[in-house]
This record gives sequence, C-alpha cells and structure tokens, in this order.
Amino acid sequence: MAHARPEQKNEPWKDPGATPYVRIDKVTKKFGEFVAVDDVTLHIYRGEIFCLLGGSGCGKTTLLRMMAGFETPTAGTISLDGVDITAMPPYERPVNMMFQSYALFPHMTVEQNVAFGLRQDRVAKSEIRDRVAEMLKLVHMDAFAKRKPHQLSGGQRQRVALARSLVKRPKLLLLDEPLAALDKKLREHTQFELINIQETLGVTFVVVTHDQEEAMTLATRIGVMNHGEIVQTGTPTEIYEYPGSRFVADFIGSVNLFEGRLIEDEPDYVRVRSDELGGVFHVGHGVSAAPDATVWVALRPEKIQISRERPDGDGDNRVQGTVAEIAYRGDQSVYLVRLANGRQVRVTQPNIIRQGSLRISWDDAVWLGWDSASPVVVTR
Amino acid sequence: MRLAELRAWIRALGTWRWASHRLRGWRQGGRTAVMGVPTLWLLLFFLVPFIIVFKISVSDARLGMPPYEPLFTWAQAQVMQLKLNFANYAFLFEDALYRNAYLNSVVTAGISTLICLLIGYPMAYGIARSKPAWRNLLLLLVMLPFWTSFLLRVYAWIGLLRTDGVINKALMFLGLDEPLVMLQTNFAVYLGIVYSYLPFMILPLYTAIERLDLTLLEAAADLGCKPTKAFLRITVPLTKGGIIAGCMLVFIPAVGEFVIPALLGGPDSLMIGRVLWEEFFNNRDWPVASAVAIAMLLLLVIPIMIFQRAQGARAGAHR
Repeated sequence: MAHARPEQKNEPWKDPGATPYVRIDKVTKKFGEFVAVDDVTLHIYRGEIFCLLGGSGCGKTTLLRMMAGFETPTAGTISLDGVDITAMPPYERPVNMMFQSYALFPHMTVEQNVAFGLRQDRVAKSEIRDRVAEMLKLVHMDAFAKRKPHQLSGGQRQRVALARSLVKRPKLLLLDEPLAALDKKLREHTQFELINIQETLGVTFVVVTHDQEEAMTLATRIGVMNHGEIVQTGTPTEIYEYPGSRFVADFIGSVNLFEGRLIEDEPDYVRVRSDELGGVFHVGHGVSAAPDATVWVALRPEKIQISRERPDGDGDNRVQGTVAEIAYRGDQSVYLVRLANGRQVRVTQPNIIRQGSLRISWDDAVWLGWDSASPVVVTR
Repeated sequence: MRLAELRAWIRALGTWRWASHRLRGWRQGGRTAVMGVPTLWLLLFFLVPFIIVFKISVSDARLGMPPYEPLFTWAQAQVMQLKLNFANYAFLFEDALYRNAYLNSVVTAGISTLICLLIGYPMAYGIARSKPAWRNLLLLLVMLPFWTSFLLRVYAWIGLLRTDGVINKALMFLGLDEPLVMLQTNFAVYLGIVYSYLPFMILPLYTAIERLDLTLLEAAADLGCKPTKAFLRITVPLTKGGIIAGCMLVFIPAVGEFVIPALLGGPDSLMIGRVLWEEFFNNRDWPVASAVAIAMLLLLVIPIMIFQRAQGARAGAHR
C-alpha cells in the first residue's frame, strides 16, 4: 500500500468555501428496471485524481460513461467548471476518456491516432504536428509514431491511448481501468508515471478501478461504490484507516471483523465485548451508537502483534491462540491464528530480522495484542 | 541402463530414423490429400474446360460436328501441324459490337454494384446493429429469396413490370392514365440485377460491420468527431474488406449476366453474356464465342488480380 503521492497540503474538499470542478448532483441511471447508479452526489475538485473504486457491477463505469456523455442520466445533473453538461453530446464535451480496451483506431498510425482529436477541432496542421510530437515525447512513444496499433505491445498501446486522450488538453480526463491490461511490474511503474503526467499537465483525473491497490496509489481521494451508491468518500488513508462500514473495511485491504456489543461508551473511548474474539476491545475513539448496541470491530492484520510472551497491561486488547497456518512471503509473513472458540485471525508481520529458530512456528501457542488506536468500530 | 542401451542400439540401426521419416511422410501425405481434393476439383472443372474453350477460340469455324477445325492435323505422314488462329480475337477488337457489349456490360455491372452498395450498406448496418435476437431472423429474410429458383424470380419480375402487369394495374387504379413502359428497358435490367445480387452485397457487409468494435465509435465521439464524420473516418475504412468483397461478389457475376438482360432488357441492352449466347447458339460460331468468353474472363480476372496483388503488398507492408 505504498503512497506515491505526498500528503497534499492543498485539500479543497475540506474547505467548505471551495467550488467543486465537477459537480455530480443526485444522478440516477436506470437500465430498464435495473438501477445502475442510485442517487449519487459527488464533488470533484480541480487537479484531483479521483478514483471510483468498486467491484464489477457496482455502477462505477456507468457513472464514468455519464461523465463522458455516452449515457444520459435518468435523473440528476452533471456540471463541469460551472457548465451543465448533462445533455451535451460526447463530441462537444471538453472531456476525454481513456478506454479500458484503449480503443485505438487500427487503421491509423500512432501519430494519426493522437492527431485525430485535434483534427476534429480544425487545429492548424503545424500546431497539430507540434502538439502530437510533444505528447508522444511525454509518454515516450516518439520513436513509434509511424507504427500501427497492432505493431505495439500492451504497454505501448496504453501510452498511445493516454497521449490521444490528453492531447486535446481536456478539462477532465476519464480513465476506465487504465492499467488493468498491464502486467504487475509494468502496472506499478505506470502508476507513478500517470501521477507524474497528471502533475505536469494539471488535468483533473477521474479513474475507475476495481483494484484497491491501484486506487490507493493514484488517488487524492477515493469514492467506494457498492450497488450503485457511493458508500464512502475519502483520502486513501481515511478509507483504509477509518472505514465507515463493514463493506468498506472488507473491500479495501484485508481485515478481521468481530461482531460485539458496546459495554462502555465514553466520548474518547469505547469498550466492546466480543464473543467472536473471546475478549474485550478497548477502542480509542468515540462511537455514536446506543449503549449495548451490536457493533463490529475492524482490525487490520498488520496492526496485530504476535508473540509467544504474554503482553503487559490489563486484560483488554489481547487474546490467546494457536498458529494454524503460516504463509511466508519473504518481506512479511501471514499467520492464521486459531482462537479458543475456533475463530481464525489473520496477522501479518514484517520479517525484520532473519530470525531462524526464533521464528514463530506451526502449533505454537501465541498471544495476539494490539494498541487501542488500532481497531475501528463500525456500526453498519 | 538396459533400456537406454537398447534405445541407443535401435537408433544406431537407423530403424528409428526410418520409422520417424515414414511417419512424417504419412503426415505430409494427409495434408496433400486434404489440399488435393479442391485442387483436383479446380483442375477438372475449371482449368480443363478453360483449356478446351481456349483451344476452340484459336481454331477456325467450319460447318459440321464439332463446328470448328481441329488444332492438330497430320500434314504429312509423320509431321504434325499446329494451326493457331488468333483472327477471332482480332475480330473482337475490330467489331464495334463486341467493344460496345463489353463496355456496356462493365458499365451496367458497375452501376448495379454501386446501387447494391448504396442500398446494401444501410441494410447490413441496420441488421448488424439490431438486437441479437432479431439479427438471425433479418439475415434469414435477406437469404429467403434463394429458396426460389433465380430464373423463376426473374420471370416473376416480368409479371410485375409488364405494361398490363401488377404494378401498372395498381398505378392505373390509383389514377395513372397511361401505363409505364418498364419491361425491356435498362431500368428493368438494373432492377433485376440489383434485386438478384443484393444478398451477395449484404452478407459480407454485415459480417464486416458486425465485427466492428463499437468502442472505436465512442472513442471518435469522445475526441470530438460527429457521428456522420465518424462513419466516414472510422466505420467505412474499417469495413473496407466487406465493401470490397461485396462489390466483387456483385460485379463479377453481373458483368457476365445473361438471363436478366435477355428476359427483362430490351433489344438495346447489349451485354456480353447475351452476345456470347447468340454467337454460340444462333450463329453457331464456336470459335468467336469462345474468344468472347476468354476475353471476358481476362478482362475481369486481370484487374482483380492486380488489385489483390496491391492489397496483399499493402497488407504485407503493414505487418
């Protein structure tokens, strides 16, 4: 979950006076009886990389296609830079899209593909030539200008598609699963390059992806979608560290979820008794829920300490178990620890030292412990 | 160890090599058999008749059976004489009748092909863009006329187009004073050819249009291209293969068409197929008729071959 982008000082979404660049207002899209996008309201600010994240069929692509103009909302409005574009046809919108399949024109060379958009606008020939050359240089495809798409590799096609969608200097660039077709190494490399290009050109990006790691790396903010609704919007850190629901906690990264009952409710901490855990969570943040309500505690695997020794302190935030499975991943190890009640807990630990014999092994009796700042209580 | 030794021994004997060679030979034999059947078919039913017709075309006409002179004659006891007569070909070029017939055929076929393309493209487009459940039904409707004999369908047009035919009767009923003369005009010939060959245009066009990735049109729209322009810049170039195939399938048989001009056309709709028929059956001049046929074939085949060569070279340069 590497963070490529330094935490931005500039966070317009926190400023109530800031004007959103893209304003999606109560947009609904129905296909027959099926509701693909359900009353979505979303504000995206200038210069953002906003990621729409969700599983297949969650409506993220439909929402993107409505921004591009390929679908018309059943209800609601979309405006860009203060202009209502809800009913504007795609060929008039100052919006460009990079398609998942890249959709390069197979009968045109790389150069002609990139020039296509400019030629529609009747830009002067010499200017087209310069801008195309400049764009191809930016994506390192200048040496392939005369090739046809079928003579390029997947990664090269992706670059051409990016160049083609950026050359018109759109107000908004929509990217539909931009990196899905690339292999893992290339994908990582390209993620950083996308961010660099976005920062160079200052174009606002909206990215649709099902890959949470990709969203975490690229995004200034993420909108998690489920069943046509946006269930949570926030920075990658907020989404990961403070999931608002079981769905978000479970969808982003891996998580241990424990059902429990609120036994102590204070403004700065709560205690949750969980039969699933066989113990009590002491969570260092307040919760707005009725006393004795059923809640869920989300605990990330990397925030749990595993040890053969009993941790110090009182009886909260600890549990005893037996190591059932170990997956050694080189940089880290994943332990599945079976608790007394049979429930398995996932724990990951970085392999900081070459422990050898000190390493925890199968069937070892271990203690799991965590800081009270680590778990998060979700009420839905 | 034993096994390895044994294997080495067998190999040393060359048995293995012999057997594998044999096997490879068999495999190649299979391929030859598969390729051989169509090759033989073409040889027997295309090349051999072509040679026979060519042979007739360079001989002299005579009265008798067969109505042409043999190519080889025994001049003396042991000397065989070969007589080639290219006068028939020279005759084709000298006589304006043949030149006009060829020209008229090509023009008629060309215009018919263009009309077929103009009607067929929207139809094929409509079918390819219709709901998948509808597509097969619509395609079936396109092919439905094939269930009736071609000849019968052309005859049916006579009934429709005649001065006292169905169309004229209907028009007169609606208030037309004089019947329209439609039969035995060039209009009827075009109508007949377009009607008969339209399915051959639609089917390859449909295949090409159906294969077209719709995302490309979305991409074009996204880049600021209006639908009409996107059609010309994206759809047409990417369905070029279907357009060429459809045009060839209509143009080639239309050039040599005999039935339609003979039944629907007037005395002035002179097409090479009709000339050929008259030369063969009315004049009984087999050599000239054969020369007409060979000349027509070359006239059609050579441009197509040049065209395909050029296409192949361009495709090769792309790869």
